[in-house]
Formats: sequence, structure tokens, C-alpha cells
Amino acid sequence: MKEEKNKKGEARLMKGNEALAEAAIRADIDAYFGYPITPQSEILEYLEREIPKRHGLVIQAESEVASINMIYGAAGAGARVMTSSSSPGISLMQEGLSYIASAQLPCLVANVVRGGPGLGTIQPSQGDYFQAVKGGGHGDYHLIVLAPASVQEMADFVFDGFRLAEKYRNPAMILTDGALGQMMEKVILPEEGSLKKVETPWATTGKPASRDHNIITSLFIQPEKMEEVNHELQEKYKKIQSEVRFEEIQIKDAEIVLVAFGLSSRICQKTVDLAREKGLKVGLLRPITLYPFPFKRLNELAEQVNFMMSVEMNAGQMVQDVKLAVEGKVPVYFKGRMGGMIPTPEDVLEEIESVLDNEKVLQD
Amino acid sequence: MSIERPSNHDFPSEAEGMDLVYCRPETLTDLPFHYCPGCSHSVVHRVLMEVVDELNIQDKTIGVAPVGCSVFAYHYMNVDMQEAAHGRATAVATGIKRVLPDRFVFSYQGDGDLAAIGTAETIHTVNRGENILMVFINNGIYGMTGGQMAPTTLVGQVTTTSPYGRQVEFAGHPIKIADMLTQLPGAYYVTRQAVHNPNGVRKLKKALTKSFQYQKEGKGTCFVEVVSNCPSGWKMTPVETVKYLEEQMFPLYPLGDLKKPDGAK
Repeated sequence: MKEEKNKKGEARLMKGNEALAEAAIRADIDAYFGYPITPQSEILEYLEREIPKRHGLVIQAESEVASINMIYGAAGAGARVMTSSSSPGISLMQEGLSYIASAQLPCLVANVVRGGPGLGTIQPSQGDYFQAVKGGGHGDYHLIVLAPASVQEMADFVFDGFRLAEKYRNPAMILTDGALGQMMEKVILPEEGSLKKVETPWATTGKPASRDHNIITSLFIQPEKMEEVNHELQEKYKKIQSEVRFEEIQIKDAEIVLVAFGLSSRICQKTVDLAREKGLKVGLLRPITLYPFPFKRLNELAEQVNFMMSVEMNAGQMVQDVKLAVEGKVPVYFKGRMGGMIPTPEDVLEEIESVLDNEKVLQD
Repeated sequence: MSIERPSNHDFPSEAEGMDLVYCRPETLTDLPFHYCPGCSHSVVHRVLMEVVDELNIQDKTIGVAPVGCSVFAYHYMNVDMQEAAHGRATAVATGIKRVLPDRFVFSYQGDGDLAAIGTAETIHTVNRGENILMVFINNGIYGMTGGQMAPTTLVGQVTTTSPYGRQVEFAGHPIKIADMLTQLPGAYYVTRQAVHNPNGVRKLKKALTKSFQYQKEGKGTCFVEVVSNCPSGWKMTPVETVKYLEEQMFPLYPLGDLKKPDGAK
């Protein structure tokens, strides 16, 4: 088993959290800074166990506030760094993420979301969608947000997340949930050493005589300069739109489109099958990147379908973006459970049928 | 910042047949300090950068600036620097030092930053024995935000948020954080200095030089407190602040080494 670890191609049965942690080592992270919180403590535990035997550095910080600021320092020094946490801990990191976004540092943050608000529950949720895609901390900024729907993607998106973060010098987030973190599935791990390091001439590594001192800061006290920096960030976010990723399932002839990400999309895949058995032409669009969001594609699909339904494990957050995307061309409905509860494929089908019944009543 | 003036670096080494005995070190930029006249920050900045210059470690030194009056420290210190969130300077310094262990890393913080909002980071950085230098400017007040009460404000001291003087029953006691830190095994060298007179400046310079030496040897955290003044916040002339330091601040925050390595002089 040991010798197999670094080889590419072998299928392994792993927990989502552990696959993510193993992928981090294979992505040659220089350091991980974290703090325990359920349901993602396996990430820190796995790295504390494996990194001393292999390469990199892992530090258990005194809080999520400290870990995200250690990330700031290490990323500013040119290192490839990541942290992970779950909802309450991610809330504590928002200040740091705003600074990191403003200082334009690359890093990867995994949020293994649990039900909230407050201390909430340790059960899976998608209640942090707004926080993840709209910025989360203070000021005008965005994270690049990837939403895995399988243990395989928990591993793959570590590489994708770093690639995007380093390309755009912007923090990236893997927005997953307690179920994907805890469940075991087959995974083929990415190849170790296949993620090339990028040049970081801007990093604070010690000033040689040949260059001016490098400064990592998010402070631009003159409003003219602060606005300039904001424009620069907005330009970057425009460019990031080209990185949008989504998956379409049975969309071609669909008259009804479900929109769901992460675990919800797995549930909706089953709903599509159940609906098709009943002769209902239901398809699924799964946003893989939540920021950037597939606004354009959803707008196109609005020309083709009768209605859309956003299915989420929250009170209805992404549904607002779906509504923005379709620009009122078709109705957009919502089905969700909250607080750590998960909708079943049958629940979603029932909701579709009830919409159809209502429409029929209206038509009659 | 776009203030321009002739560079001290341009001064000829022998002007009018005289020897140059004192000039701005290469480790300070040409930008004039924005600090109030008489404020300790300017002196501490200069002494710190003189030490970096004399040890010839400019290319290996990385600093972390705080939130407070010295938020712009990186404009003056001509070394690579990062600007941290309020209270988080030593967490940022930890991140830097851990990925670049052969560099010299220092944090520079005031009392609100280090001893109030950043207390957890302060204690745990020292507890891990992070191999960095922590410079702590203690002037007993929040200077930048206009002179509010700090965790280190003296009992009875008047500030904008303790307008009738700090009262223990409402606001607790001034915190002696350096004394607390001596209890942690990770603290290798803890000292309290001041720059209110030339002798103090010389002693501070020695303390900072020793700290970088210890860092080179990987000894652990060096903590250098500088009991400082705040002419604007204290509403005093710089000369009056020296008297206040000597009569009011030093009795609570006595100068000298609080913890020094065994056998060190």
C-alpha cells in the first residue's frame, strides 16, 4: 500500500476529506495551516500524519483567525499554501480572506459546510453559498469557488483550485459539505509533482540590492489609489468569467431543468432518472464553478425550457443567481432542505409534479 | 505617498573636508516619517533599521507591519514587508518564517494590536517559540484612532474613552503582557526598553542586535517592548511626555531584561 501511494492511476477507496488532504500533498503544498472542526478534522489529521513522512509543513494554529493569517504571510512569501475548515471556522476567516483578496495572494481554502446559522449542526449543508460566491468578508471582492460532487472531485479540485488561484493571484475555495467530506468512494488520485510551481517575483523573500522592496498590503489610503485597485480587481474578475465550468445531464431535449451543485446535484441526477421513467423531460445543469457562475448558459437554456428549479441544501441561495441568469424568461422554482437535512430524489420529483399540477390548474 | 525631498543617500561622504559620521542607513527609504514630532516610532524605526543595516541582513529580512500609527512602517523600512490585519502580525510572521526559515523575520506592533485584539496570536506565537523578533511599542493609548484607552492605559489615565480616567472597576487593570510572556518556555529573550534618552536608544539597539543574533541561532521568540510616548494622544509636549514616562509609565513598566538566556550578559 505504501509504495503505491505516489503512483498515478491506482483506484483507492477514500473519504472525501482524506482524498482532499492526499491531493494537497500531491499538489506539493509548502504549508497547511488549520484548526480542528467537525466535519473536516480528518484533513488536518491526515496531513499531521502524512506530511512529516513526506514533504511540506503542517501547523495546527490556535484559531481559524490565526490560520488564515498564517496563510496570508506564507502566501505573501511566495509559498503554495492551503487551509480548510467548516462553516463557523470559515466565518472567522472572512476578515483574512478579504485581506488576501485585496493583497492579491493565491491560496486554497476548503469549506466543508455544515448546517447553520450559528454553531448549527455537524450535518451537511449548502448554507454558505452566498458567503462563498458573493465575497464573504468586507469590500468588493470574489473568491474563485469550485463545488465538487464526488470524492474524485474533492481530490481533483485541489489541483484545479491552485491552478486558478495562482493564475489569477486570487484566493480559491473548494465549497463542499459534510457528506462529501465524510463519505467514501473510489478515487484515482492526481499525480504527485504534476502541478508546476509558478514564479512569484512579487513575494516578500528578502530584498536583494537589484530590486525595490516588495510590499504585500491591502491598505491604499488615498481613495484615488483605492479605486484604482478596485478597478484592477474588477478587471481580473471579468477575466475569471472565462473559467466557468458546468456539467449538463440530459439537457438536450429537456423541458424542465434542475440546477444543483455539489451533493444536491447527485440527488438530482437520480430525480432526472425517476422523472424520465415517468415520461417527464427533466435535465440537470450542475455548476462546477460557483464563481464564476454559468449565467450565460442558463440564459440560453431559458429559451428552451418551460421552467427551472434550483435544488439546494439551504433556504434558497443559488436560486437568486439562477433567476438573475434567466432574466425572467421562464419561472424559476426552488426546492430545498435546511439545517443539515437533505432532500431526497423523490422530494424533488414531487416538487416538479406539484409545479406541473399548478400550471395545469392555471391553464384550465 | 508622493512627498519628495533630497535623498540623504546623495550626501557626499566628505563634505567641505569633514568626515561623514552619521547618515541615513540604506535600510530606510528617503520618505520623511509621518509620525508626530517627538513620537518614539521614528526613533525605533531608525534603530531597528540601523541594526539590520549593520548586521548586513537587508536581503534576508522580512518585516510585518501592524494596524496602528505604524501601519505605514513599510513605507520607511527598506526591506520586504507585509501589512497585517489588526492583531494578526505575529500569525503573518509565523507564516513567513515557517516557509522561509533562513530569513530574519520581525513583527512590529502597538499595544492595542499586540495586547488587546491580537492577544491570542501574541501568546501562541511565543508559546510555539516562533523564531522571530517581536517589537512591541507600548504607549498606553490607541494613537491612530485618536487617543482611546488601550489595554496598557494606566489606572486613572485620561483618554477619549476614559474621559474621567481609567477606572479599574469598569475597565480592568493595565496588562503587563511582557511579564506574562516570560512564563512561556518559547520566549527566549524578553526585554523592556525605552527611547526617551540617548542611553535608552543605545540599549534598545543592543537588545535588537542580540535578538537578531538569537534568531540566527534558532533560539526562539525574542520580545522587545519599547515603553513609548504619544504626545498627541497624551496631549502633552514631547518634553512633558518624557517626564510622564519616567514618573508614571516606568514604575508600572520598569525597564530592563525580563527574561534572558542563561549565562547571557
